[in-house]
Parts: sequence; structure tokens; C-alpha cells
Amino acid sequence: MIQIKGLTQIELNVNSEVRTATISPEDTLLRVIRESLGLIGPKVGCENGDCGACTVLLDGKPVKSCMMLALDAVGKEIVTVEGLNDTLIQEAFVEYGGFQCGYCTSGFLMNAYAMLDAVPDADETVKSEWLSSNLCRCTGYEGIKKAVAFVQKSQKNK
Amino acid sequence: MWKTELGKSFVRKEGKEKVTGQVRYGGDIEIPGLLHAATKTSPNAFARILEIDTSEAEQMPGVKIVFTGQDYDQNVGLYLSDKAIIARNVVRHYGEIVAVVVADTYKQALNAVEKIKVSYDVMTPVMSPSDALKPDAPLLHENMEAYSHIAPIHPEPGSNVANRTKVRKGDVGKAFSKADHVVDVTVEIPPGDHVAMEPRVAIAEIKKSGYVHITSSTQAPFVVKNLMSHFFDVDPGKIIVDVPMVGGGFGGKAGLQLEGLAYLLSKKAGGRPVRVVNTREDDLLASPGHIGLESHVKIAADAKGKILGMDLVFNFNSGAYADYAVNVSRAAAISCTGPYSVENVKCDSLCVYTNMPFATAYRGFGHIEMSFGIERAMDTLADQIGLDPVELRKINAIKAFDTTPVQSVLNASTGDIETCFTRVSEMLGGNLGEVEHVDAQHIKAKGIAGLWKAPAMPTNTDAGAILTFNSDGSCNLNVGVVEIGQGTKTGLAQLVSERLKLPMEKVHVVMPVNTSTSPSDWATAASRGLMMAGVAALEACDDAISQIKTIAASVLKAPERDLVYEAGQIFVSDDPTLSVSFAEVVLGYVYPNGNAVYGQVIGKGRYIAKHLTDVDQETGKGHPDLEWTLGAEGVEVLLNVNTGRYKITKAVCCMDVGKVVNPELARGQVVGGMAMGIGYTIMEGFKFNTRGQVTNGVLRDYKIMRYDDAPEYSVEFLETPQQDGPYGARGLGEQSVIGMPGAISNALSRAAKVSLNTIPMTPELIWKQMQKGGTK
Repeated sequence: MIQIKGLTQIELNVNSEVRTATISPEDTLLRVIRESLGLIGPKVGCENGDCGACTVLLDGKPVKSCMMLALDAVGKEIVTVEGLNDTLIQEAFVEYGGFQCGYCTSGFLMNAYAMLDAVPDADETVKSEWLSSNLCRCTGYEGIKKAVAFVQKSQKNK
Repeated sequence: MWKTELGKSFVRKEGKEKVTGQVRYGGDIEIPGLLHAATKTSPNAFARILEIDTSEAEQMPGVKIVFTGQDYDQNVGLYLSDKAIIARNVVRHYGEIVAVVVADTYKQALNAVEKIKVSYDVMTPVMSPSDALKPDAPLLHENMEAYSHIAPIHPEPGSNVANRTKVRKGDVGKAFSKADHVVDVTVEIPPGDHVAMEPRVAIAEIKKSGYVHITSSTQAPFVVKNLMSHFFDVDPGKIIVDVPMVGGGFGGKAGLQLEGLAYLLSKKAGGRPVRVVNTREDDLLASPGHIGLESHVKIAADAKGKILGMDLVFNFNSGAYADYAVNVSRAAAISCTGPYSVENVKCDSLCVYTNMPFATAYRGFGHIEMSFGIERAMDTLADQIGLDPVELRKINAIKAFDTTPVQSVLNASTGDIETCFTRVSEMLGGNLGEVEHVDAQHIKAKGIAGLWKAPAMPTNTDAGAILTFNSDGSCNLNVGVVEIGQGTKTGLAQLVSERLKLPMEKVHVVMPVNTSTSPSDWATAASRGLMMAGVAALEACDDAISQIKTIAASVLKAPERDLVYEAGQIFVSDDPTLSVSFAEVVLGYVYPNGNAVYGQVIGKGRYIAKHLTDVDQETGKGHPDLEWTLGAEGVEVLLNVNTGRYKITKAVCCMDVGKVVNPELARGQVVGGMAMGIGYTIMEGFKFNTRGQVTNGVLRDYKIMRYDDAPEYSVEFLETPQQDGPYGARGLGEQSVIGMPGAISNALSRAAKVSLNTIPMTPELIWKQMQKGGTK
């Protein structure tokens, strides 16, 4: 068990860069990413694991960064929306109305991206399981559904 | 030749930034020296505050100030000044803020808040409008007569009534006396929340010069500016409200929210910038949510189903404070019959205080609430007469040149709701009165509802547009409409593109709004942005074109009347070889020898609503509504009759929205509204224990729709032009929320063979009703 009291310096691997942050042991990964590393893509929506606006990838898997300590992310590969570069799912979200206000988008994109990577041919049941962990209040999920379907179709045709 | 691109689905102007995490919302903005606030809230629904001990909190690391209700003795309020900036002496709802700590860091502020001790004398809360209306009910606001209010609001001191709007049209007594059929339906809706994904945020800083800088997640920067000037006695010109991207509004960010508190905190902290950002819990409970309602609907009809009269009582549940709620109840009265032509109408719409979290504007502004009771009563009437529910609605559908409940005549722009009913019925496969037994456990049923909405807004509601240009001939559109996700700025860019005959990529829009540099715009509310700012934007285009032609006429040595323009070039119409580009003239023309003339082109456009009046206090007579959007909605549900569980399998909408400028964005608004209306009907609303405490005050328990709840959506538009709208367009942002309670409750009632008149329509509620057996 790691025992740390007071401020401590950690290294985080975020978007393929090693970044240093001075943190307290109780600091969440979300707060450290936003406030120490200046990456504002992950959003504060509920800080209770309910909405998913803070979703980032941790070793390729989507996690709610408000629900884990920054310390626990040491040694893992973190990807935020800023680390996605011209991916098809981003393009599809723009093209198919996968968002309106944009506040849930960073988190939704990370979740959808991870799903398309892990289960490229996810059927509707699998998609429901994955994508129901994020909340969107604007779209009624129609645009998100269409965007994901578009990426699946494009990947198949490759 | 320029080919029109109105009706083409351009992607959002801000789209790329939203999918790359580059958009900044209020919570993302960092300012050097920024201080952070955290709140202490009340665990009681109704109590006198005996003492707030802040001494320990003040000694905590990083703490700059601790603020309580005693720090500011004036009240604020949008229409009725009934609210202290945070609770002073009395708390009137669970979750009300009683103290605020400001510290160097947010964490320090949170830690210090824990040390504040508050002692209360707890009172018995008033937990429903009907209880609040009892003669011996405790008064929430004992000093109501001392509150200031605007003229259209009629508070009743000595009671819990914050506003009463009366509609008297024709002779309702006579209508009921000669009726063949009378139905009497009561429905209930609990208060709940918008749940915009971005919690509300405000930053305030007071400069030594006296300038007050506010950054806010507001839908209504000009309302904030004007109200802050009014309540805090600051010159309006010294209040600068800056609005970055806003993460969803739905009406919840349309009033004065955290801005006043942030201002007072900054003032106490010597003018330093202070950010107040809601936790999700504060956003649900301390900031206002949506209104509740107890609605009593009586309809009289003849043997054929023609409605003779409606007798309506709406007891709106405002919660602890009035905020927008007093106008929500008023708006519901003005539209009280739903989209039906009724000769004899009596409606008393009350806005009633209770010890619940208070209400503000919510998508639909009183119409979703009003519609639930009306549409349940319509289906009840159809059942009683033995008429098809679609037929009954068509018989009574309101049309152009009919009069509204407040006796204002609908004009030729009025949409074709009859066709909307037909299309919705067809989209659902017809036979809406029938149910289908899918298997031993499952019943499939359909339901329909009509909807209408007019914007409830001041009679002088305005908008403006400023058009400036760049050296490549492209333009920049600056309007006061806030981008809250609705996509209006992209739609406005399309209008400008059409008028200037400039391709979309040459039309830039200024995304943030700043009250010192953007033209005045009442508020991004009431679904009026595209229409009003659109008219202003077109006028700005015409103004710019006129200036461009003046310069070009001089350069081309041809009269202005002979000039035509397209794709950034001005031509002499009878000799198109003679031309000059926008790029050459929009910043002033420069002759080959260096001499320059005219200077830059700046287009300006204005809009102000015309011919609007308030409604009469005794009869409601007046002309308060600028334009109406009409439509119909329906759903198909699959109910398990053993468990009460169900799935909404299809949701359909046909709405007459005038010209559709951007079909995909329009569809997105409508589908989003349908989803919100579905969530509102089937799973949302605050739950309370007997002490008035909210038991679902976090998103874990306050359920909103998730991905797997979404039905299959179908949307169609009719395009009866809005004659005074830009290219015939009118509002469509809110309306699709309105019909869902009616459509869903009608479908489920039909499937379960009981009357389901309470929201949220949980499986438990349906199951219990089915055990009791219904009246249907």
C-alpha cells in the first residue's frame, strides 16, 4: 500500500506525453487533469460517476476520471479527448449531430471510441450496455447512435 | 447563378471545437487570482435560522470570506422580489444556500464549509399547492405586500398565491348546461430539474473603476445586466456580461442565477474575481428547476364531439420562490385550451408557493404542464363519446383566424395542425384507438397529443445584428443570441449566406456574447432567436449591400440600380465584364495611386416585436403572442401487463415550423425535445420524504433518459411560412417537449385500461393502478 501525506509530485502519461503534477493524495484524476495539466476536455458534470462527462481512457478502457484518484493513474496510459486526433468518431459526431451543447461530448466520444476499438461489430445490445453509462441531455441519443453506426459501417468497408 | 442553400444541412459552425475539447465553458476559464466559492445548504425544507456560526470556517486555510444572508439585506427576483440572495432568517426549501465560503482554492472552500454550524427552528413544510391554498396554511412569504413586482404579475399578499391569471372568454356556464358530454380530469406533475449537463457557473470581478465583469453560463446576458443594474444599483453600462459557450440551458439558465451572488462575494472580497460553480447537487436543488402542477380540466362537448367550453384550474407549484414561475403560470393561462378552438373558456391559473425547490423557465414554458391535462381530457372525452382520438382532435383543431383563449385572432402564418394530426396518425400506422395483444403479457398501444406554443416574452422583445467584413470579402455576424447547443448561430449564418449570396465558409459568426459589444437581445429563450435575430441579420445584410453598392457604383462608374451581386462580386447587370469584388470594397476602396475612399462597411439590423399587449387582469383579453408553432406528437408503447414495465418503442412528431433553414439541426432540436418530454413523463421529478427533504437530489437517483431508453424517432415538418419571419422561418426549439406527457399517458392508459394521470408514470404506479382497476 502506498502511503502518502500532504503534497507529492507524480508523473502521469497523458496523451503520449509524460507530465508532472503536484497533487494531494485525495485529488481525483479529473481535477488533476483539468487543474494541474490544463486539459479541459474532460468535464465536471456530477463528480459522482453518474454522467460520464469526465470519461477518459485508461490503458484503452473508458473510466470516469471523477471516480478515481490521480495517484491510481500513475503508470497507466491516459488519453483525453485532446489526445484523439481526427478520428472517424469525432468526424461522425459532427456530421450526424452527435452533440448539441457539447458538454457531454468529450466523455461520450471517449466511451464510443473505446467501444469501437474493443467491440468493433457491437450490436445494439452491446452498444446499449456501453453507451448507457454516459448522459446526454440534448440529442435524445439519436445523433450519437447514427454517428456510431456510421463508424462501424466505415470500418467494415475498409 | 446563386443557388439557394436554405434547407441544406450545414454542420455546426462550432462543431469541430466541440469534438476536440477546445470549447471553453464558464467552468473552464482561468483568471489570475481567481477565488473559489463553496456553499453550505439547508437540510430543512422550512425553518427559521437561529444562528450561523462561521468562526471556525473563517480560520480555515485559504479562506478569504464567509458570506451569509445577513451580508445583504435586499431582495431580488425576476418579476417579484421575493428572494434573498441566499437564505436570510428563513429557509424555504431543502437545499437552499445558507452560507458561502470563498477561498484561494475550491478544495479549501469545500473544507471550510464543513466547519460552518447552523442551528434551525424547524417548521412544518407546505408540500403541495392544494395544501398551500388552504385558508389556514402557513404563509411562506409573510411580507409579500412589501415585495416589488412588475405590472403583469398579480400577487395576493396574505396567501401563498404569487400570481393569478384569469381567462374569461364567452359563457362557460351556458356551454356546460347545454353539453351532451362533460369530462372532468385531474392531473399532477411534480417539480423537477432541467439537468443541463453543464452545471451553472458565474464569475464576478469588480474593477476599481466600478466596472463589473461577469462571466456566466447564462441564456440571458442582457437580462442579467439589466437586473443586476436594477437590484445592485450599478450603471448598466458598467456591467459587462460575457458568455462563453453554454452547456445546455432548457430555460434553466434564463434568469438571474449565480451572477448576483458572485457579484456580492466579489464585493466582500475587495473586488477580486470569484467563481461560483454549482455542484450537481446545488444545480438540482439550490438553483431553480421546473415547475410542478395540479391541473383540473373540465371539457363540455356536444354529441358529435365539438367542444363547447373548457373550465380550467391550474394550480402551479412554484416552490419556495417566484422566479420565472409567475410567468410560466401566466403563459399556461394564455394558451390554456391547447391547440383547440374553444368559444367559451374559463381558466384560473395560480402560481402557488410551497416548501419545495423553486421553479424557473423550463423548455415549453408552462405548455408541457398545461398540455398534459388537456390531452388526457381529450382522450377521456373521445372514449366517452366513442370517437377516434385523432378525429376528435381534428374536429376541434384551431386554425388561422380563429381566436385564442385570450381572444386574440390567429393570423395567416398559423400552422396547419389538422395535417399534423393526420401525419402523426399515419406515421404510427393509424388505428390509434386500438390496442394490439402481442403475447400473453404484452400489449402494444398508441397515443397522440396536439401541441401549440407561443413565446411568452415582453411586448418590446428585441434583437440586433452587426455585420463587419474581412479583407477577403468574408463577413462576421455578431448577434446577442447565446449558443446553448440549439445551433441558432449556424442557422443565422445560413440566412446571411443566402442574403449576401456568399458561400457559408465566408460567413463567420461571433460565438461568445458580450453585453458591451454585442447588440441588445432580450434573451435566448422562448424559441425566438432564429426568427428575431434572423430578421435583424437580414436587415444588416441589406444595409451592408446598400453600402457595398454605393462604393461599387463609384468604382464601376454605374448607377447603383444597375448593380447586381453574387459570390462576393458586384457586377454591372448589363455588362458583367465590369465588376469589383467584395474584398476590394468592404474595407474601403483603394485606388491604384493609394488614395482610399469610403472606409469599411458595417451592416446593422434591428428587430422589435410589434403590436403586443399585456392581458387584462379580469378577462385575460389581449394580444400577448407574436407567433404560434403548432404540431402533433404520438408514441407507441409496449406494456407488460403483469409488471407495469414498458418501453416506448416509437416517438413521432409532425410540426409546422415555417421554412426549415437547416433540416438536420431542426430535427436535432425536435428529437432532443421529444427525448426530454419522454424523460419528464416516464421517470423524472423530485421525490420527497415527509419532512420535505428531496430524496433523489443526485443524478444517481434523479433519473434522466439514457441511451438504452431512446425510442425510434420520426419527425416531419410542414412549412406554412411565417410571414414576418426570415424567409418564412419561426421558432421550433422547445415545442416538441410539449406533447409527450399527453401522448404517452394516453397510450399507456389505453394499454393498461386505467386512467394514468400522474407524472412520472413509473411501472410501479401503473401496476398499482391496474391492481385497483380503472375507470377507463
